[in-house]
Amino acid sequence: MAALEEGFTLTAVPLGSGPDGPLGVEQSDKTDQFLVTDSGRTVILYKVSDQKPLGSWSVKQGQIITCPAVCNFQTGEYIVVHDNKVLRIWNNEDVNLDKVFKATLSAEVYRIHSIQGTEPLVLFKEGAIRGLEALLAEPQQKIETVISDEEVIKWTKFFMVFRHPVLIFITEKRGNYFAYVQKFNSRILSKYTLLLGQEEKSVTQSFSTSVHRKFISLMSLSSDGCVYETLIPIHPSDPEKNQRVVRSLLLKSVVSGNARSGIALTILDQDHVAVLGPPLSASKECLSIWNTKFQTLQTSKELPQGTSGQLWCHGENLFMLHGKFLTVIPYKCEVSSLAGALGKLKHSQDPDIHAMTHFVNWETSQGYGLGSQNSEQSKRILRRRKIEVSVQPEVPPSTQLLAAIQKDSEKHIEVELRKFLAVKRTPDFHTIIGDVVIGLLGRYKAEPSFYPRNCLMQLIQTRVLSYSLCPGLMEFALEKTDVQILQLCLQQFPDIPESVTCACLKIFLSIGDDSLQETDINMESVSDYTATIQDGEIEEQTEILQNGFNPEEDNCENCAQELIEKPRAATEESTSCPVTGKRAALLNAILHSAYSETFLLPHLKDIPAQHITLFLQYLYFLYLKCSENATMTLPGIHPPTLNQIMDWICLLLDANFTVVVMIPEAKRLLLSLYKFVKSQISICSELNKIEVSFRELQKLNQEKTNTELYSIEVLELF
Amino acid sequence: MGEFKVHRVRFFNYVPSGIRCVAYNNQSNRLAVSRTDGTVEIYNLSANYFQEKFFPGHESRATEALCWANGQRLFSAGLNGEIIEYDLQALNIKYAMDAFGGPIWSMAASPSGSQLLVGCEDGSVKLFQITPDKIQFERNFDRQKSRILSLSWHPAGTHIAAGSIDYISVFDVKSGSAIHKMLVDRQYMGVSKRKCIIWGVAFLSDGTVISVDSAGKVQFWDSATGTLVKNHLIANTDVQSIAISDQEDSFVVGTAEGTVFHFQLVSVTSNSSEKQWVRTKPFQHHTHDVRAVAHSPIALISGGTDTHLVIRPLMEKVEVKNYDAALRKITFPHRRLVSCAKKKQLLLFQFAHHLELWRLGSTVATGKNGDTLPLSKNADHLLHLKTKGPENIICSCISPCGSWIAYSTASRFFLYRLNYEHDNINLQRVSKMPAFLRSALQILFSEDSTKLFVASNQGSVHVIRLLEGSFKHLHTFQPQSGTVESMCLLAVSPDGNWLAASGTSAGVHVYNVKQLKLHCTVPAYNFPVTALAIAPNTNNLVIAHSDQQVFEYSIPDKQYTQWSRTIQKQGFHHLWLQRDTPITHISFHPKRPMHILLHDAYMFCIIDKSLPLPNDKTLLYNPLPPTNESDIIRRRTAHAFKISKKYKPLLFMDLLDERTLVAVERPLDDIIAQLPPPIKKKKFGT
Repeated sequence: MAALEEGFTLTAVPLGSGPDGPLGVEQSDKTDQFLVTDSGRTVILYKVSDQKPLGSWSVKQGQIITCPAVCNFQTGEYIVVHDNKVLRIWNNEDVNLDKVFKATLSAEVYRIHSIQGTEPLVLFKEGAIRGLEALLAEPQQKIETVISDEEVIKWTKFFMVFRHPVLIFITEKRGNYFAYVQKFNSRILSKYTLLLGQEEKSVTQSFSTSVHRKFISLMSLSSDGCVYETLIPIHPSDPEKNQRVVRSLLLKSVVSGNARSGIALTILDQDHVAVLGPPLSASKECLSIWNTKFQTLQTSKELPQGTSGQLWCHGENLFMLHGKFLTVIPYKCEVSSLAGALGKLKHSQDPDIHAMTHFVNWETSQGYGLGSQNSEQSKRILRRRKIEVSVQPEVPPSTQLLAAIQKDSEKHIEVELRKFLAVKRTPDFHTIIGDVVIGLLGRYKAEPSFYPRNCLMQLIQTRVLSYSLCPGLMEFALEKTDVQILQLCLQQFPDIPESVTCACLKIFLSIGDDSLQETDINMESVSDYTATIQDGEIEEQTEILQNGFNPEEDNCENCAQELIEKPRAATEESTSCPVTGKRAALLNAILHSAYSETFLLPHLKDIPAQHITLFLQYLYFLYLKCSENATMTLPGIHPPTLNQIMDWICLLLDANFTVVVMIPEAKRLLLSLYKFVKSQISICSELNKIEVSFRELQKLNQEKTNTELYSIEVLELF
Repeated sequence: MGEFKVHRVRFFNYVPSGIRCVAYNNQSNRLAVSRTDGTVEIYNLSANYFQEKFFPGHESRATEALCWANGQRLFSAGLNGEIIEYDLQALNIKYAMDAFGGPIWSMAASPSGSQLLVGCEDGSVKLFQITPDKIQFERNFDRQKSRILSLSWHPAGTHIAAGSIDYISVFDVKSGSAIHKMLVDRQYMGVSKRKCIIWGVAFLSDGTVISVDSAGKVQFWDSATGTLVKNHLIANTDVQSIAISDQEDSFVVGTAEGTVFHFQLVSVTSNSSEKQWVRTKPFQHHTHDVRAVAHSPIALISGGTDTHLVIRPLMEKVEVKNYDAALRKITFPHRRLVSCAKKKQLLLFQFAHHLELWRLGSTVATGKNGDTLPLSKNADHLLHLKTKGPENIICSCISPCGSWIAYSTASRFFLYRLNYEHDNINLQRVSKMPAFLRSALQILFSEDSTKLFVASNQGSVHVIRLLEGSFKHLHTFQPQSGTVESMCLLAVSPDGNWLAASGTSAGVHVYNVKQLKLHCTVPAYNFPVTALAIAPNTNNLVIAHSDQQVFEYSIPDKQYTQWSRTIQKQGFHHLWLQRDTPITHISFHPKRPMHILLHDAYMFCIIDKSLPLPNDKTLLYNPLPPTNESDIIRRRTAHAFKISKKYKPLLFMDLLDERTLVAVERPLDDIIAQLPPPIKKKKFGT
């Protein structure tokens, strides 16, 4: 879920700007520092976390800045253009802009672009593009005209695609929009006509782009309130030709259809966009985050004092004008997946795990993840929730905990965690837990000596975590070979990928017995039968096997002979459990986990042959144990079921059959398994015969009641 | 409620005839079904699949093809070489026209509905123009070598595909010439069969022709090049029918093994635009040949030799759980085939070409609930009355006194006088029926057997006085001016004063028999009437509709009764509304005016109006007898609907006297036993 955090204003004094708001907010070469250019004469460098300005520069009275200041990341200098043609370059030490480097250019500049890893680019109003170095070498060079007469550049962006800089700019000419894509590795400028589709009348208000594999995804927010997406190929098939691209509807009615201005859009990540504008025609302007994949509103924030329809996104901060003040609202977007949201049911008949806790309640979870359509009701709930949010206490315990994770000692974190778990669960409990785990893991990565094992155990046992909420956790445990945590994860998480399940299996099979001795493993699933393993009560079992077997009926005499002998041999083998109790408990956790065969099989092939043999032996042992009683179940609390055992035997054989038949030990095991299965089948065929006889009996019973053509009966109605 | 002696009758040897064709009409959501005896039935799929109309069969008229054209016009063609149009208002045959091409095997209406195409025995394909009141021969297409068994129009109406023996021809409609001849492989699993019969073709708008044939193949042809594109071998036996959905994204075929296969056009991979036809679902709802299939937007419809009409909803197309979401199997007609002379304890059974009269047996023993009593006298078969001529019987009735029997075919009306002399029966036909009494849709005798009411197919109801051995025409109630709808259901009050008559859609008319004028009309309801009856003493008219609603209308007061208003306000129990067969008969307890007996095919119910109505939380069906005293009291006072599902399938049920019921059952096993044996299939393990 995405979330907007509490925002803050950047300028204590209102910007001396015109009605249009600031010209731009650009990143500087230091993190957390941003260059804010107002539409008048001033450039201010802010440190956002401290909310204070670090420097301020102004051009002379009479001059006016026409292009937002940017930072040249290669040199650390700042660049600004005033009066359309005059380029100024300065650095932090300079005080007066009048005295810094100045270059007068021959054409009007539209925008200077600068991003990390490449030299700044200058985009002229006529559509020509120059690198800064080349331009400064000859400032008065002739600038060609690229776009036609009435075309006006509306929007532009510079970004890297596979380490090659690409600049895109959108022009407008009498209601038609064109996109130009300049790639600097091939020096090709491709032109695209944006076809609007049916909504011809709407005016496109705001653009944003992101890169998806082979396409630039250009999103536009139209005046009809809908977000459209246009895919522009990065590698056009015919770059010379003017190509047409069609836009498709992505989100409907994210802002009011009749908002003429003051709406803006920016892409936050693959699935999220931030939208600025009034959600309803009459309502106040709002900043909202939408998930484009599920078309849901994730969160929104009202901006009661109005905004200017400008929205910048740098790092994890959104910048916009709120009233007269430049406001920064940090946001957070987590990868959302349906599986992560819904979880996956693991134990269908498990009584003590509340499967429902794995589901996210869309109605109540924190991000107001309400209906994507503009239904009245969801809006109403949304407003109500906003009020609730505003009355929340200043520092919730979760933030305190998250802060503690960053610096405090392990002991202290534990205490904080216990405090946090003790309070009543909020609707967004699971996301906070996820954040906490990610925070702990993050700190571990930073300082490997920090190993908050107890905290993690406690967190896993809250039963709200899932694999997708904290993807790093199991990798971390695998790395540490912490089988206890792995067991817990296998028991609690509903959505473990098959590759990870298999990695766990590998560790469980390969870990030394002595290291297992020291660990504290939940033995619930094996508690009962490990005891009987040593007792070796096999006599009963052989009898059962023989009951189902009938030598007279079997055609193959030799076979029969073998069958009598083999089960006995097999049971002798099974007298002792091939693995220790602790390992059995771990393996049972694997048996219980959910999987999909297709994804599991390739990973099973990677397990070494002797481990496969061991696991097969264990499964065979369980199978024999199962067949000891009539209900075909194992004793104990929550033991593996017969179906799980059978499925895993089949899986292992499917994946490793050729390997297993080569190993003499395994071959013997397979033979006895085969014999045992065969004896079971003969039991089943006997049962089948009995069943047929009974069915006939039932048929006879039915026919008796239905023979006569005429009868007089007594019926009483109640 | 009390104890009844129930005469449980299973000797009504009724076997429905097999289904030959089905035709679905998308506009009106109706289904036309023709049977092997020539009967054509119209089912209204919007009205809970009620069989609202039927056209009686004819021995020489074996229907081979059935189609809707030009909106709501229904045509059939058959082996007697005639094309027949049915009058859906008057419920008779509008005209029959010889196509002069020998037996007709196939027929298809053009997509525009203005042209009709028939395929004949002599290999000719004939095009007819549909004029507003008739059809007119236009021209022949190129004559083929052998009979044309199947026809399909291209949705644009420019080409047709015709399935013959061993090949499929594609014709250009404009020129009438065959542009392609696609030979079908005779071989079946390496063995050459005698001939490969193309039982069905379907022409898709992209030019693909789908054919089904006697070698068990479903084949896809490119009609532009005349080449085979794809072949699905789906059965060891004939694939006999095909129907395609309007969107051309799914079709259904039926095989001689009784299996119905659903084919769907699905994407090759999850998000590619390339699609291919995939056999998705097999359904085995039939035991015998599936001779006909139809594809409605939400369901697959199939019928065949085993006489069931099966409506299998496509769950992905059904949005809400309602009637449409349930599998339907319609076996029995939605009208009464049994009438009863209560005083004489006689039952008259109606078959396609004869009537049977039986006298019920008797017993002197008594017993408790569930006992079968020893018979002191068994049931007697008194009379077997064969019709004259090739036409099927439309309706029949025996008078309450048992001394009159009347029946009607499509062109003649018969009235017989019965005299009982000890064990002998003397049957005497009343001759010289008046000219207006030619065909009746429903016949009814008054309670005192002095009057005969006949609903004719012009919407009029004739009243005839019966005298010893003769009769006198009293009056004819003419239909309201402007309506031509014929009356299908009649009910007369026990005192003989009131007559109620209902058509298929308009309201119920109530006539005053004494004054011979229209008394009132019950307001029309959205769903057709399935049964009517007038209660003794109170003269309340009880009406059952196909949506399982039951109304009670007071004739003297000309308004719905208080009880009816109460139950409408509260609503029927949801299980009552979920029943899937219509109520076909209503009768009353002679001594208890508060009791109404009604039945459908799977239950009968006595409604006690004095008891409180059940709501959705109460148990509607109470199958188990109570075990202790307090339980009995609780059950007795439980609710108004006393339902028994003991007798099923139930074709008829009535109260003979206050303590005796008669129930006519027709077990499905007995019907199956009389069908031809199905194709033997090897079953695993047998």
